[in-house]
Amino acid sequence: MLNPDLVGRTFTSADSVTVTKEAIQKFAEVIGETNFDIAPPTFAISITLDKSQSLLQESGLDWTRVVHGDQRFEIKRPIIAGDILHCSSTIESARNMAGNEIVTVRSDLNAGSELVVSTWSTLVVRA
Amino acid sequence: MNKIETGAELASKTFTINRKLLVAYANASGDQNPIHQDEAFAKSVGLPDVIAHGMLTMALAGKYLSDIAGSQSVIEFSAKFIKPVVVPVDTEVSLIVSGKVTDVANGFAKIELLATCDETKVLGMAKGVIKL
Repeated sequence: MLNPDLVGRTFTSADSVTVTKEAIQKFAEVIGETNFDIAPPTFAISITLDKSQSLLQESGLDWTRVVHGDQRFEIKRPIIAGDILHCSSTIESARNMAGNEIVTVRSDLNAGSELVVSTWSTLVVRA
Repeated sequence: MNKIETGAELASKTFTINRKLLVAYANASGDQNPIHQDEAFAKSVGLPDVIAHGMLTMALAGKYLSDIAGSQSVIEFSAKFIKPVVVPVDTEVSLIVSGKVTDVANGFAKIELLATCDETKVLGMAKGVIKL
């Protein structure tokens, strides 16, 4: 059960992620993208999923029972190789539906003070 | 590619998903959840077989959006994961993606996507905004 006091709180990762051309290429090749200069639209998830899981480790959320319900991206500018990104994750809402917990987590990737990509994941924690 | 104007139906594209692609996506995305690779594990948690990462299906639908005007043009993208894409061993699963332009204004186009496997819709409310 998610600690309800954490709704609205933002957790920011202390360490940054440096995006490499190899990481973009590896992701792009899976989907048949041949442009390796900029990251494909959903590339941000490869950073935010891992980061938000660690940031929310103490939240009481049982990640082993989590099913991904939906996903949204707002891309201010594409991620490019060389970007040094910090992840901030906020539990935007948590509610109970038919015994399942529905949690919405927003994760922002920032390069310095510039917001690059925002992602929203709705996670369904099965009862 | 068809002209981007309101109401235009965009040509469909077929993406092939197999076990090898699931491993490649797991390595590229860092999502090593065994339900996407290990058949015995997937069945032990009540799934019919190994299933594709929802985010892989979304990444492929994202490629469809990128192909309209380039990866850099995609500024919004969202979808619900409504049905798992089951990927049995030695099987090539076809994901068919098509799009419809629902609005064009101020240099931006809204695209509604349809993603199906075996004639079953796998993404719900899938839509994107691209900069023209």
